[in-house]
Amino acid sequence: MKVSRRQFLKLCGLSGVALSVSPTLLPKFAEALERALGGNPPVIWIQGAGCTGCSVSLLNAVSPDIQDILLKIISLKFHPTVMAAQGETAIDYANEMASKYKGKFFLVVEGAIPTGSHGAFCVVGEKGGKEVTIVDWTKDLAKKAAGVLAFGTCAAYGGLPAAKPNPTNAKGVGDILKEAEIRTPCINVPGCPPHPDWMAGTIAHVLLYGIPELDEVGRPVLFYGSLVHDNCPYRSYFEEEEFCEHFGETGCRYELGCKGPMSHCDSWKRKWNNGVNWCVENALCIGCTEPNFWDEFAPLYEPS
Amino acid sequence: MARISIDPVTRIEGHLKIEVDVKGGKVKNSWSHGLLFRGFELILKGRDPRDAVQITQRICGVCPTAHGTASSRALDAAFGVKPPTNGRIIRNLILGANYIQSHILHFYHLAALDYVKGPGVSPFIPRYEGPDIYRLPPAVNQKAVEGYLKALEMRRKAQEMLAIFGGRMPHVQGFIPGGATEPVTPDKIVNYYWRLQELKEFVEKIYLPTVYVVGKVYSELFEVGRGHRNVLSYGVFPLDDEEKDFLLKPGVYTKGKDYPLYVAKITESVKRSWYEDVGDRNPAKGVTKVKPNKGNGYSFIKAPRYNGLPHEVGPLARMWITNPVLSKEANKFLGVPMDKEVRMRDLGEKAFSIMGRHVARAEECYLVAKALEKWLSELKPGDPVNVPAEVPKTGEGYGLSEAPRGSVGHWIKIKDGVIDHYQIIAPTTWNASPRDSKGQRGPIEEALIGVPVPDPRAPINILRLVRAFDP
Repeated sequence: MKVSRRQFLKLCGLSGVALSVSPTLLPKFAEALERALGGNPPVIWIQGAGCTGCSVSLLNAVSPDIQDILLKIISLKFHPTVMAAQGETAIDYANEMASKYKGKFFLVVEGAIPTGSHGAFCVVGEKGGKEVTIVDWTKDLAKKAAGVLAFGTCAAYGGLPAAKPNPTNAKGVGDILKEAEIRTPCINVPGCPPHPDWMAGTIAHVLLYGIPELDEVGRPVLFYGSLVHDNCPYRSYFEEEEFCEHFGETGCRYELGCKGPMSHCDSWKRKWNNGVNWCVENALCIGCTEPNFWDEFAPLYEPS
Repeated sequence: MARISIDPVTRIEGHLKIEVDVKGGKVKNSWSHGLLFRGFELILKGRDPRDAVQITQRICGVCPTAHGTASSRALDAAFGVKPPTNGRIIRNLILGANYIQSHILHFYHLAALDYVKGPGVSPFIPRYEGPDIYRLPPAVNQKAVEGYLKALEMRRKAQEMLAIFGGRMPHVQGFIPGGATEPVTPDKIVNYYWRLQELKEFVEKIYLPTVYVVGKVYSELFEVGRGHRNVLSYGVFPLDDEEKDFLLKPGVYTKGKDYPLYVAKITESVKRSWYEDVGDRNPAKGVTKVKPNKGNGYSFIKAPRYNGLPHEVGPLARMWITNPVLSKEANKFLGVPMDKEVRMRDLGEKAFSIMGRHVARAEECYLVAKALEKWLSELKPGDPVNVPAEVPKTGEGYGLSEAPRGSVGHWIKIKDGVIDHYQIIAPTTWNASPRDSKGQRGPIEEALIGVPVPDPRAPINILRLVRAFDP
């Protein structure tokens, strides 16, 4: 595992003392894993009813960057957007790796899981002439994985496909596992998309220190433990009741529809795209780390 | 006759299965199956129209800016507002930055592994193996692998440049009906400018020449994948506030002739798609009644047609219709003296091919990079970036734009202040469409006909063809 402790701490925005770890910490987890595997921990990344935005966001990681992640931190066995293989060969390879590294690989899921019509709304491959649906494959792979990472609000909570009227009966991965009584631990890393640091940081935490402390909706407190509103640079304008009436003005964005007061997210600290800008500075917060935000926070451009 | 089925097609966005029948070493028949349905058009109904700009971006995490642009334009029309100059330019700067990101990503990270041998580790293996598949000379291959890694950094930087005005990427906050949200200040212009220089240099000195080098080694692929040879473009990057002219122009090219674009001639067929048979409809009257088990359906993708005929969209379509002057690499490729101009249509038949599509994309990337610099200089710090846009009780309109991979259109009707009707035609809907009510193949299906498949166990040319469309 070649992420330095300093890189990891910077990723988490911590100075070294505040690292939170869960009671399920397995201290030598990562070292034992690496010894057992003789290499970087294997990751199988599958996509359901999503848009690939989470993957694109991770490609924007800066430190570690995607090159570091792919070549030095994980061994990415399957990822539909970047892998060389295709067709049944790709599906077979993923299944082979899941068996070979049973109990030792991490399953990343991006996108929601449509359960309507026996899973026919999302087919991810073919095996022996038969369709492989995302709902079935998620369960098969999750049973064998050491842990499941639900990247993005869709995978975590159903996201946009699950927004009213949820035409495909889409669900988050956690719900799918619970219904099937699959006990593999599942960490939610929501965001639409999640910040690359949350995804890379969660992977790194799991490998170095085990499962991080999670909040009541399964998110690492490390990244989702603060509200945008409590740390917003425009908070003083809110207190003074200096509200923007139009985009582009200086002031609190609450009257424009900003959902900062209800959103657990630390983008106020780490900004987006290598610190160039972030949602509230540019416009407002739509609350994309929260379950069901598309419905709960609608209309996005009116105060709640 | 051998039936080959590839599911999943990887290194695309979304869920696609391709089936072909091969006889005598060539594709004789083909089927393109879109295997994901989410129901955006149903989810949008009943919501505040302004939410559409955020919701529709989630159709695609690689090109959310295209849907954000089309949606903003549809709302502009329905609300009866027009962005001010700064707002129009900012929208161009956001979308243009994403063209650069998307085209670089496409060539290096989605397409290149069909021609370039990567490192011997996951995810670069397993891969098709065979004596004739990877034909780049070792030194060229090595340079291409270095290019792949450099391109990872370049596309990341293109998104950083975009976020200056877009807020973040993917999924931009910076589009609204009536214009943009980010005020223009000189530091942002300078910030964007210097990042653009680095990207322009990469496109000009590395990406563009690499495409031609690969094209030279795989020159037979300029003769494969003609398709219907019908193309269309909605036009993109308005150059003036009245939208009298666009950098990449609207137009239609059907059976060798040029025509102006008439939006009323666009229809979608659901005959072979998993939707209730409602007849061929213009999206202003379109419905989405999904029926996953409809007997003769084979895709969740509807079949858009123009004037009843399949048309291809994307960089090839835009560059063919606009016919701009190409880079000096094109001169070298065609053996034309450097002081003479080479235009897209000088490529002739070669444009309508696997390699032609890669060349069109790279040349377009360069064209857009140069234009972005010019538009930056037209921004006026301090001038408004948007106009007030109240949600009307009723309204209707459509917004047309061009995603990096092709034409994108959003059709909206507002009733009682909420969305009553919303239909979307994405670029891949055009290109990866199944057969229509007349049984005509979609553009990718047609382009697959005649593709050589010497080894059915490693049918690399099928994948090269499909990926050239950037689905």
